Amino acid sequence: MQSWHFSEMAYPPAWDAGYENGSFRVTLPNKLAEPDKVADIYHRHFDEFQLCDELGINIMLNEHHSTATCLNAAIPLTLAILARITKNARLLSLGTPIANRLDPVRVAEEMAMVDVISRGRLEMGLVKGAPYEIAPANSNPARMMDRFWEAHDLILKALSTQDGPFNWEGEYFHYRQVNIWPRPWQQPHPPVWITGLSPHSGQMIAERGHVAAALLSGGIAAGMFDAYRKRAAELGRAATPDRFAYCALVGLGHDEAEGRRRADRICGYVRTAPIVAEPFSNPPGYAPVPANVAVLKAGPQKFVARVQTHDGRTIDPTQATVQEFIDARTAFAGTPDQVFEQIKQFNREVGGLGHLIIMGQGGTLGYEDTVDNLRLFAEEVMPRLGEIEMPENPYGEMAERVAANAAE
Amino acid sequence: MAIATGKRRVSGVEIEIRSGGEGRPLLFLHGGLGFLKHETFLEALAVGHRVIAPAHPGFEASEWPRDFRSVADIAYLYLDLAETLKLEDAVLVGSSFGGWLALEMLVRTTAGFGHTVLVNSLGVKFGDRGTRDIADIHAMAKADADKLLFHDPATAAFDATRMSDAELTAIARNREALVFYGWKPYMHNPSLRRWLHRVELPTLVAWGGADGFVAPDYGRKLAQALPDARFTAIEGAGHYPAVEAPEELALLIRDFAAGRNADAAA
Repeated sequence: MQSWHFSEMAYPPAWDAGYENGSFRVTLPNKLAEPDKVADIYHRHFDEFQLCDELGINIMLNEHHSTATCLNAAIPLTLAILARITKNARLLSLGTPIANRLDPVRVAEEMAMVDVISRGRLEMGLVKGAPYEIAPANSNPARMMDRFWEAHDLILKALSTQDGPFNWEGEYFHYRQVNIWPRPWQQPHPPVWITGLSPHSGQMIAERGHVAAALLSGGIAAGMFDAYRKRAAELGRAATPDRFAYCALVGLGHDEAEGRRRADRICGYVRTAPIVAEPFSNPPGYAPVPANVAVLKAGPQKFVARVQTHDGRTIDPTQATVQEFIDARTAFAGTPDQVFEQIKQFNREVGGLGHLIIMGQGGTLGYEDTVDNLRLFAEEVMPRLGEIEMPENPYGEMAERVAANAAE
Repeated sequence: MAIATGKRRVSGVEIEIRSGGEGRPLLFLHGGLGFLKHETFLEALAVGHRVIAPAHPGFEASEWPRDFRSVADIAYLYLDLAETLKLEDAVLVGSSFGGWLALEMLVRTTAGFGHTVLVNSLGVKFGDRGTRDIADIHAMAKADADKLLFHDPATAAFDATRMSDAELTAIARNREALVFYGWKPYMHNPSLRRWLHRVELPTLVAWGGADGFVAPDYGRKLAQALPDARFTAIEGAGHYPAVEAPEELALLIRDFAAGRNADAAA
């Protein structure tokens, strides 16, 4: 099981204003972002990521826009810095919101540069993007997934074509002379990751053989991973654990109370992230028609993503306690032994994970605590992850049968 | 007059069409609400007219082919429909998004039509780049958008628990399709203004006077930009007079088409 550390680079000095504004995103004026404080936050997180590099933890970044919950607005910029200031860590971008960045060839160029600068350490995540990312990008919320898959196909073709320009006249994107320089270090292109929630996403990702990642979604991940394994088997491939990734908040301490205190600070991220003004939380067309029919039937209510605990309780992430987040598998917290057991348990529940992404910093967790949290993870938890037994792939036999039939 | 709902293939696209009444043909193009709460209006319009009211591709229960991506595609579809139905001297009425569609048709050709009525129409850009003509309802809570859209926001209310899945599906499809066709540029075609001189038909620009989404002043500018248009305000109605003043709007349209309200308020 590979380990990754992730931080959204939050900006807590504007949180009071965010609560007052009723939205941490889109409408919160940027006069609240003091450049000197923001600079300190960026530098601090780069220090933490360099520590990860020393500790053997890989690094994940993401991007969000117009928000006090995430200062990383341009993933290729921060990736480029990390490509230069780290030596060994693999660098996961999870990811580029390619249905909102309407120049896929430029995305391919950026990713190729990062891959080359890092000498082949890039893992390239491509994501749909959250509903509240529509407004800052002013991208069309309808037919978003069609646009996503066309951008995906074009980016992979741009990265893997080496013999001169090609032409692209698609439904959404048009280019004449696609011939990116440099080409990526990794051939034919850096490994691809895609985030998702639903079994349908699992099937789509399986068809392409990419890594399927679930972020903070708890047991819902099991359905997507199962659909992935089944679809892969139908295509004659036994999906291995390295195709599955999960991201959880992780708070570790020298005793349980310290671990939970740190987790509580990190949970500030999940408590603020869903606070979004109504019109940006579900723009028309973003969700499929049947999902919007269900919303209409549910009647007027605040459209906040709810989280299910493993025993079926629904929690409100803007208010939840650390225990509730642990119950929802959104967080793993406590002593290294306790966290190890929680990871082991979750790994069993979802059928086997090849990648554990920890949000080892989030919300208001300070630098000293973060450093200790990361050290405890690297020294006390990470070395034991290899002991975790991977459940058997229930579709293994199907995969063999299909592959054998195809070979005949 | 009773209105019936049926389906018809037009240029390979299966379109849901509401129709009823007899007399001079009248093609009604709906706005973003689809046909929600439009029953009274369509029935009143069908007194003296053969009303033909198609649901646009992607709206209501009409098919949405993947290659229908712009308002121009819908305009050509309805020009085909007008030809298929052999419309002559018909009245073309467009409300809101449907007004934009009507303009896109008429700048291409006015063949088949004798009069046009644009009701709180979208589609044209008048302000400078920093000034929005059309309020960004996708950036406000539904309750706030309803205050702009309706004279009496209670008019907009519907009880989803008493509606069928088909009716709720139509609402969700209408919202999605409106967004798709009108996201960027927002609810207008930057080039359309240049071609308005081609709409050489007697035109009535009718406007719900309480419209906070597209203000009556926009309607006055539209009337001035068209070759043969005049402006009429409808008090007590917002962006959708077909919903808030159905009888009054229908009467206004029938009278205008018959040449009876030459003294409409300017």
